Amino acid sequence: MDIEQYISSGILELYVYGALSEKENAEVYKVLKEHPEIEQEVKEIEKSLMQLSASAAPYNPESVFNRIKEKLSLTDKETDVIPITRKSTNWTTYIGWAASIALLIGLFIQFNKNKALRQQVVQSQVEQQLLKGKINVAEEDLSKVKTLLSVLRDKDVLQIPLQAQKIDPTAYAAVYWDKEKQTTYIDVAGLPTPPPGKVYQVWSLKLDPLTPTSLGVLDKFTEDGTKIFSFTNTNDSEAFGITLEPEGGSESPTLEQLYTLGVVES
Amino acid sequence: MQPKELINQLQQKNERAFQRIYEMYSENVLGVIYNILKDETLSEEVLQDVFVKVWNKADTYSEKKGRFFTWILNIARNAAIDKTRSTAFKNSKQNQNADFFVDILEEKSNFSSKVDAIGIKKYIEILEPICKKVIDLLFFKGFTQKEASEELDIPIGTIKTRNRICINKLREALAV
Repeated sequence: MDIEQYISSGILELYVYGALSEKENAEVYKVLKEHPEIEQEVKEIEKSLMQLSASAAPYNPESVFNRIKEKLSLTDKETDVIPITRKSTNWTTYIGWAASIALLIGLFIQFNKNKALRQQVVQSQVEQQLLKGKINVAEEDLSKVKTLLSVLRDKDVLQIPLQAQKIDPTAYAAVYWDKEKQTTYIDVAGLPTPPPGKVYQVWSLKLDPLTPTSLGVLDKFTEDGTKIFSFTNTNDSEAFGITLEPEGGSESPTLEQLYTLGVVES
Repeated sequence: MQPKELINQLQQKNERAFQRIYEMYSENVLGVIYNILKDETLSEEVLQDVFVKVWNKADTYSEKKGRFFTWILNIARNAAIDKTRSTAFKNSKQNQNADFFVDILEEKSNFSSKVDAIGIKKYIEILEPICKKVIDLLFFKGFTQKEASEELDIPIGTIKTRNRICINKLREALAV
């Protein structure tokens, strides 16, 4: 059999077209099983025709497969076709959603941080105010103590110790009298805390005859940490005394409640 | 080109094999159908019918009867020609510009196709007009030699060799 002639007769093209009769078909099949070069020719004809027919399709119908599966009630999920165009749309959608959510989370975190920072600022301001207050108090105390120190060191200031009396033998007080400035400082750290409703009252005394003049009441006894009080004293005092009096003080001293007494040495 | 193993699996109702077969042949089948119907919606319907038939009738295919490609080609042409008798086809707006495959190639974009249609078009254009007609009738439309000789008014004895020459030119152009 002349293979060249058989091939060039054109029967193989018609075989691939499906244009031969059943009998011719069977003959060609027999021949190409015997001659591999003829089978090869058939394959090449088929290849060219597949390219030609595919190029005549208006588009690649890959996604139509899903509808065919539906028609046949085929259920294998692995063979689902996801069209390329839809896939890419989904991607952008997913990315869009992810970005929005990330942004929201970011904003929320920033908002919370901001809130926390504001609270911190307010708290710091409050603490700062408290500290300022403390510093003011400390400065006041310091200046007061300095004043007192300068008073104690001043040689022109008279020191008069006030001795305990019968009512409380442990009581003690001291007077520092700056005659020039007409100021009297009274240190009452040695006096007991007065009972409720009572105050200490300080008296300037003339001895002959005994004439008391009230210098004032120590109504801030418990509040003042230094327990040193100052009074203006224009009197020519000969002695100082401290009595316990009803709140507001009295016109004249209650001598039964005399706690301390001291005479000015001239 | 003849996927024997896949065909065996398809005949045993293997879905994956069916999918692979679809991927291999669906664009060819659509090309043949569209060349006859020239309407995309109708062509897609017929494409579905063809592959439903491929699944259901796979066991009737035998290598002895011919190439698997030829078997599918026959189903496709028959289904498309059946469709030309339907009312839907008579009412359809066929693409009047596309007389046969060459014109489809003119209009086709390359997008998502597995073949280089634009490249093929370039070579098809240089084929003689008689070649284009012979291939259109015998391959795409499934005409017999006798029908083609009558349609083209050339002797029946020359159809076979004429076609051979034309396919050779096509293969040269495609480098197959």
